[in-house]
Amino acid sequence: MPISTSISSPTTRHEALASGHVVPESARCVQCGICTFNCPIGIDVRRYARLGEHITNPRCLTCGECVQRCPRCVLRFDRLNIFKERGK
Amino acid sequence: MIRHVILGAGVAGITAAEAIRASDQTADITIVSEDPHGFYSRPGLAYYLSGELPEKQLYVYSKEDWQRLNVRFVQARATRLLPQEHRLELGEAGALIYDRLLLATGSTAVRLNIPGAELQGVVKLDTFDDTRHIFTLARRARSAVVVGGGIIAVELVEGLRAQGLNVHYFLRGERYWPNVLDEKESRLVEKRLAEHGINLHYHTDAAEILEKRGKVAGVRTAKGENIRCEIVAAGIGVRPRMELAQAAGLATERGILVDEYLQTSQADIFAAGDAAQVFDPLTGISSIDTLWYPARQQGRAAAQNMTGGRQPFRRNVAVNVLRLAGVMIAIIGSVGTGEEPLDVARGSSETWRRLPNTIAVGSGGGVNQVRLTIGEQTLLGAVVMGEQTLARPLQELISNQVDITPVRDQLLQPSMPLGQVLMDFWYTTSGKPS
Ligand SMILES: Cc1cc2nc3c(=O)[nH]c(=O)nc-3n(C[C@H](O)[C@H](O)[C@H](O)COP(=O)(O)OP(=O)(O)OC[C@H]3O[C@@H](n4cnc5c(N)ncnc54)[C@H](O)[C@@H]3O)c2cc1C
Ligand code: SF4
Ligand code: SF4
Repeated sequence: MPISTSISSPTTRHEALASGHVVPESARCVQCGICTFNCPIGIDVRRYARLGEHITNPRCLTCGECVQRCPRCVLRFDRLNIFKERGK
Repeated sequence: MIRHVILGAGVAGITAAEAIRASDQTADITIVSEDPHGFYSRPGLAYYLSGELPEKQLYVYSKEDWQRLNVRFVQARATRLLPQEHRLELGEAGALIYDRLLLATGSTAVRLNIPGAELQGVVKLDTFDDTRHIFTLARRARSAVVVGGGIIAVELVEGLRAQGLNVHYFLRGERYWPNVLDEKESRLVEKRLAEHGINLHYHTDAAEILEKRGKVAGVRTAKGENIRCEIVAAGIGVRPRMELAQAAGLATERGILVDEYLQTSQADIFAAGDAAQVFDPLTGISSIDTLWYPARQQGRAAAQNMTGGRQPFRRNVAVNVLRLAGVMIAIIGSVGTGEEPLDVARGSSETWRRLPNTIAVGSGGGVNQVRLTIGEQTLLGAVVMGEQTLARPLQELISNQVDITPVRDQLLQPSMPLGQVLMDFWYTTSGKPS
């Protein structure tokens, strides 16, 4: 077993569902693929992160699995259109 | 038609190819790489080793991505560069003539320089095949010794432990990664490692690797202690791959020297990524980043200049977010503690250790900690450990060089809750609702 992560994202599933979709901050991403590997419905999250695109796939369950597992804190939930990605 | 040749299929080379393709659907592009696995996530190797990722996940590109990129791919080792003849020799695979060449040759792990370093069982974590090799060895091994002070060493420690080995971790001095982390931060990582059964050996140097029938059988330390093991893993830094450039007479120093346009001393040869030592006109200093994202940005800028543009590379504040021994750590901007200078370390930026006139303040206890490097009017750097809420605001405040005069005094007061002060200030300056 890998050494477990002691800190999990403060985002709960409840908050996630209420708050929209997953947004990557590409500058932090190292394309490791952990997000894609852990997405229960097989969304290629890494590709979105590479292209700097929001995960707007309508099949996304907003389960937060990718957000929690990313070892570089690239992904977060964002409320649609309230916080715009700035300075990119 | 202009012939673009890119040496290296890492993130710098591939991003350059993407940018050339985006600007011209018909451009002639050849990528040369000796690595049979092509383009994969090197940082991901650590998670492959720890069992968190299957091998095939490491490949960044799908078949369709390769089709879209539409390049000629040559798997070969480049053996000689002849700038006057615009010729790149590939040993038995022949030679290529280029009009524009990009050297995106990356860096390689520094090998141990002690007796026994050539024995079977001495490993590094650098490439896909290195990782596979570790798996094979780990199946028959019981113990491993890891040496090195940075990120890769701890990734090796975690990975070997995940393979079920008894792991000894040698630290040169009295704590982990002293030139970037402060004492509290080092201790936190050490504590987590110890909790997971890692044997930490302080003030310990490997002096000799002991053998039995050509294989590793143990390590003798400088103090004369013998430790039995079947694997010795080293994460002791990296060296930019600049042999070809050097032999061809290009200007080199610690890496291949390039100006802000990623151009080498030869007008039609460019360099990007881990191999390049890039001039920054703002500071007048040339430095090396061994980080994924700067390699990507440099690859993109180089491509623009190779295709007739004039696009300077502007270094952003270096940011690396890591998970070390299960603890999330964000390292932003200048944070060095000024101790013990080091060779180029993998996954690091030379700017981290460049410390101007600054004051360091820290806050937090236990697993959640924040440390700031405070300049005259701006924040210069930060280390955020554990809870990461503050990392993003700090990254913005540091990158945008926001004038912190309104809160500077508060930040310097020991009793102030740093987190609250920073969040409030960030909300005011960024206009985000609190
Ligand atoms: C285990 C590990 C963990 C890491 N963790 C992080 C991290 O957390 N964050 C981060 O930002 N960075 C990290 N890095 C560093 C990051 O992976 C590198 O900065 C990045 O890969 C550099 O890309 P590059 O394109 O410059 O070089 P590379 O990816 O090294 O690619 C160089 C390419 O050139 C080829 N090549 C070189 N010379 C020749 C030749 N003569 N002939 C043919 N081919 C040649 C090589 O085969 C290779 O394909 C890590 C690296 C490793 C190994
Ligand atoms: S897990 Fe994080 S770092 Fe890895 S590919 Fe996904 S977004 Fe990028
Ligand atoms: S939130 Fe869940 S379903 Fe949506 S992309 Fe992430 S892992 Fe997949």
